[in-house]
Amino acid sequence: MNKPNAAGMTRRQAFEARQRLRSAVIAATSTVVVASAIIWAVPRAPGWEKVQASFFNAEVFARSFPKLLDAFLINIMIFAWCAPAIAILGLLIALARDVRAPALYPLRILGAAYTDIFRGVPVILTVYLIGFGIPGLGLPRPWNSPYIWGSLALILTYAAYVAEIFRSGIDSVHESQRAAARSLGLSERQVMRDVVLPQAIRRVVPSQMNMLIALQKDVSLLSFIGPVEIFRQAGVFKSLLANFTPYVGAALIFLAVTIPATRYADYLMAKQARERS
Amino acid sequence: MAKLELREVIKAFDDKTVCDGIDLDVEVGEMVCLIGASGAGKSTLLRCINLLEPIDDGAIYLDDTDIAEPGFDPLLVRRRVGMVFQSYNLFPHMTAAENVMLAPRRVTGRSRADLKDEAEALFAQFGLVDQMAKYPDQLSGGQQQRVAIVRALAMRPEVMLFDEITSALDPQLVGEVLDALRALKSQGMTMVLATHEMGFAREAADKVCFLKHGRILEEGPAETLFQAPQNAETQAFLARALK
Ligand SMILES: Nc1ncnc2c1ncn2[C@@H]1O[C@H](COP(=O)(O)OP(=O)(O)OP(=O)(O)O)[C@@H](O)[C@H]1O
Ligand SMILES: [Mg+2]
Repeated sequence: MNKPNAAGMTRRQAFEARQRLRSAVIAATSTVVVASAIIWAVPRAPGWEKVQASFFNAEVFARSFPKLLDAFLINIMIFAWCAPAIAILGLLIALARDVRAPALYPLRILGAAYTDIFRGVPVILTVYLIGFGIPGLGLPRPWNSPYIWGSLALILTYAAYVAEIFRSGIDSVHESQRAAARSLGLSERQVMRDVVLPQAIRRVVPSQMNMLIALQKDVSLLSFIGPVEIFRQAGVFKSLLANFTPYVGAALIFLAVTIPATRYADYLMAKQARERS
Repeated sequence: MAKLELREVIKAFDDKTVCDGIDLDVEVGEMVCLIGASGAGKSTLLRCINLLEPIDDGAIYLDDTDIAEPGFDPLLVRRRVGMVFQSYNLFPHMTAAENVMLAPRRVTGRSRADLKDEAEALFAQFGLVDQMAKYPDQLSGGQQQRVAIVRALAMRPEVMLFDEITSALDPQLVGEVLDALRALKSQGMTMVLATHEMGFAREAADKVCFLKHGRILEEGPAETLFQAPQNAETQAFLARALK
């Protein structure tokens, strides 16, 4: 029974190896067929010449790409200071919505109103209102910078979503964990800090990763109020060179960041699902 | 006066009265077992003693102080009265040792290093030294439940409450947890248990109380209550439970 064959495999392993090879061959063949069909068909479309010239122009690409990369640093910079601010504000709002002390009741109402309002308004509108509105008050430099107010708009909006995710994490920690912690003589604050939050935060890491990915893309909305980040820079090239290729370049740069991040978030999500089953 | 005295304790959820005038005395070093069918109110009574649930009426004296007095600080009570639950409820993100040291660290402000020797001694006492660095999901049910006992003991409680702590265990693991209870009893711990382990209650309890619909229908020394129950309901329950 199960004697290894010449290749050192049991019968079952040999069978599974054959199955895997078969699946791989089928997948490869069908991929090649579909890809060939696309490569063959697309250039034969009536408008292809024009599309190729204005979206896939190699010369324009080479000329604009380095500058686009530079501009992307601005996206990263804005992202880098917004993300921690969002995490902190989101957590504070989640906690505010859960306080039980009657004296802090107004905090609960404020927290609820806050999440309702900022989740209910399109991000671009918040960016406009805060980004144009507040500097419009006639603040002196540097307090009229669109970087500050644009970032604030992103922070306020995203914190509302992030707070809801934290809250779902807090709710997912079973009541018996709180009871056990309270029975040890820990105060409500200690129960939250030492027992509930560490578990809640771990559980929502994958969802929060998805928020980070969305934020990374939405940083580009600040282009509408001033900062020359990658989207705006691509727009500048488009006007200058009368060509859309820079937008394709910008898209590629985004994908280079967001695809690995998305894959990683999915991986974390799957891992967690496995652990909990 | 006894260590713990319950007087006319009443607890209702919405319209349902779950403790309906409970009187109970627990002397120092005594082991009292609460028995009764599911829904009789055993868990609720234990949770009330620990002030995890506020009672609606009556009094609970711990060393002559009425801890059920509205406004009494529950933290003071819980630091003196430990509780262990059916489902262990260890904190999954901490090792066994961290689980045990959390409350002493937070409540007394002592450091991990300072507490380590004490914790280790407790782990050793329950045969758990090798498990200190493990996370709960790396432990068997019996080990987890013993860690939960150690965790409650680390606060140096004067009274311990146990709520069916063997009910979630595989049968072959029940013994090691019951042994832990016997060890505690021999050290003179004052204990109140809700249990379905009739054999254990009979052998180890000083006093057994039979609960039904939130009332103690009969109480007495284990031997008397199991051998010659007076109340018809107790007789019926025991006949079923010991079958
Ligand atoms: N938080 C609660 N809200 C409403 N009803 C509750 C609550 N906790 C317990 N009860 C009710 O109180 C009654 C007594 O429950 P309890 O858990 O104390 O019984 P028990 O004797 O411990 O039973 P078991 O042997 O099944 O553990 C049950 O009818 C239960 O439904
Ligand atoms: Mg119960």
